[in-house]
Amino acid sequence: MAEPVTGRVPGTTGTTAEGGPVKAAEGGPVETVEAGPVWKPAGTVRSSTRTLRVRVSAAIVLLIALAVLLVPPLAQLDQQAVDLSAKLLPPSWAHPFGTDDVGRDLLLRCVYGLRVSLLVGLVAALVATVLGTAVGAAAGALGGWTDRLVMRAVDTLSSIPHLLLGIFIVAMFRPGVWPVVVSVAVTHWLSTARIVRAEVLSLRGRPYVDAAISGGASRWRVAVRHLVPGVLPQAGLAAVLMVPHAMWHESALSFLGLGLPAHQASLGNLVQSARGSLLAGDWWPTLFPGLLLIIPTLAIAGLAGAWRDRLNPRRRSELSL
Amino acid sequence: MTSPAGRLPWGPMARMAGRRTLFAAPVLLVVTFGVFAIAALSPFDPVKAYAGTAGLTASQADLDQLRANLGADQPLVARWWDWLTSALTGDLGTSAVMRQPVADVIGERLGWSALLAASAFAVAVLLGTALGVLAARRQGGLLDRAVSSLAYTLEAAPAFWLGLLAIWFFSVHLGVLPSGGLTDAGSDVVTPGQVASHLVLPALVLGVSQLPWFFLYVRQGVADALAEDPVRGARARGLAERGVLVGHALRSGMLPMLTLVGSRVPELITGALLVETVFSWPGIAAATVQAATSVDFPLLAALTVLATAAVLAGNLLSDLLYGLADPRVGFDG
Repeated sequence: MAEPVTGRVPGTTGTTAEGGPVKAAEGGPVETVEAGPVWKPAGTVRSSTRTLRVRVSAAIVLLIALAVLLVPPLAQLDQQAVDLSAKLLPPSWAHPFGTDDVGRDLLLRCVYGLRVSLLVGLVAALVATVLGTAVGAAAGALGGWTDRLVMRAVDTLSSIPHLLLGIFIVAMFRPGVWPVVVSVAVTHWLSTARIVRAEVLSLRGRPYVDAAISGGASRWRVAVRHLVPGVLPQAGLAAVLMVPHAMWHESALSFLGLGLPAHQASLGNLVQSARGSLLAGDWWPTLFPGLLLIIPTLAIAGLAGAWRDRLNPRRRSELSL
Repeated sequence: MTSPAGRLPWGPMARMAGRRTLFAAPVLLVVTFGVFAIAALSPFDPVKAYAGTAGLTASQADLDQLRANLGADQPLVARWWDWLTSALTGDLGTSAVMRQPVADVIGERLGWSALLAASAFAVAVLLGTALGVLAARRQGGLLDRAVSSLAYTLEAAPAFWLGLLAIWFFSVHLGVLPSGGLTDAGSDVVTPGQVASHLVLPALVLGVSQLPWFFLYVRQGVADALAEDPVRGARARGLAERGVLVGHALRSGMLPMLTLVGSRVPELITGALLVETVFSWPGIAAATVQAATSVDFPLLAALTVLATAAVLAGNLLSDLLYGLADPRVGFDG
């Protein structure tokens, strides 16, 4: 009960079809909620809707991946191309997302912004996952005072609101891309460390680990050959769910003027630079970058939910956001 | 809900609060030290920050003198200890960006933040409960699916973006509500009426950004409670549907949500950082962002520690309420 609750994690709060809303993968008071008797109303979630949801999510993720990978090299368009005769045009066939206050095409700007946000999110999630897996595996495998010390440190760090810690780090190391990546990674590895540690603790009691130890395998060999491969699926799932959350953090920092420099405009920068036009009544430069943050988040959550169901078929999630 | 005598178990609760305060002290110590350690690792230089543009023309001797006066030539641990001992006497240093003592900045702004946070929580609890009950009545029904999808979308939406869209719709497009600040432009007098009209949008946006969690908890709690014996009994006695829902299912279904409200403090602070900035609300969260933008270390450090203390207090509140609601959990944590 004493475990502090970690910060806002859109990636891991969800509802299971059977239990209460759970923080899917971390400790904290939430999981102690009594699930109550299983209540299955008629047609809770049919498997067909589940399949449809996974397919739509996969299509969106694929589309986004193609857009951010292929549009910049192939399009031969300059996202910075200023056209003062076409400034602040509302969405139309020529400019589906409209144009901004100096006449730049917003669809193109958004694709480039999404590319920057996604890249920062991916790198930060990767760094956080490696760090969290290493720390969590070490704590779980070594046990004893190492475990207590590490988990105390994790608890202490999680009692600082994540965005605030991120703001603090970025404020001290500004400006640049790396302070943003580091600040997002430093605030995100904690939940992975908890998940991996719990998983290692449960794997440690398995017969095949006992067999390896009694066969004379060293601690290192047991950890690397038997424990780490066992936790990789869970760590991978946590990493995938972390990407949208890292993007969310990066956008918040950029929006506050503490994130990426303006020439590496992310979705957060786009929303920030649209504030002037918004107050003049032009909504599209604000609306579309935000939508491009929400849609990937929901799509990735849909895919990750299906992945979690495969990992843990007993705990089927409705929409594991 | 209570001990057999019908009174609250004050003794165990006080012991738990005392124990947790003892545990919180080292956490706060570590956090303050960590804040100083991060600053020491960073390129941030308190002398340059203090001298500002004058530092560009000042002689090296003057800068060294300033460095000694500020104590910036001291080792990390000495600076941390100095800050800590004066913080315990109420002296948190001087904020460069606000041009006043940090303690005064906090004192002036804490109330406004508390007002915004309380209003936002009220919005989230009321809306979340109402929608949660409606959705739980027929889980999997049209209303449930619509509101649940909306909740997941809101959970993914950044609060600053929601705030900007609200400004566009209510302030620019409809022109019915002010877009930010505490009073109308040109007016220096803070009247309750002006504060109320300026509070509506930030409280609504912050509340709505917190709504998904409250909604999902109530929905699940009520849905679970609907399947339990007291509800079956109430139905068997022929109570009206409204009485069953509100009198029985909601009462037990709301409990997990209400007991866990305290653990929502981190999310509330995250939301407040963004919403206060968007609406220029004169609270401490907006001050945090200003302190970060202008690298005002004394203010930023104090506010980071304050936020951590708020999170720890929220967790304690949550655990106390949980122990009260479910005597099996007790107050041993």
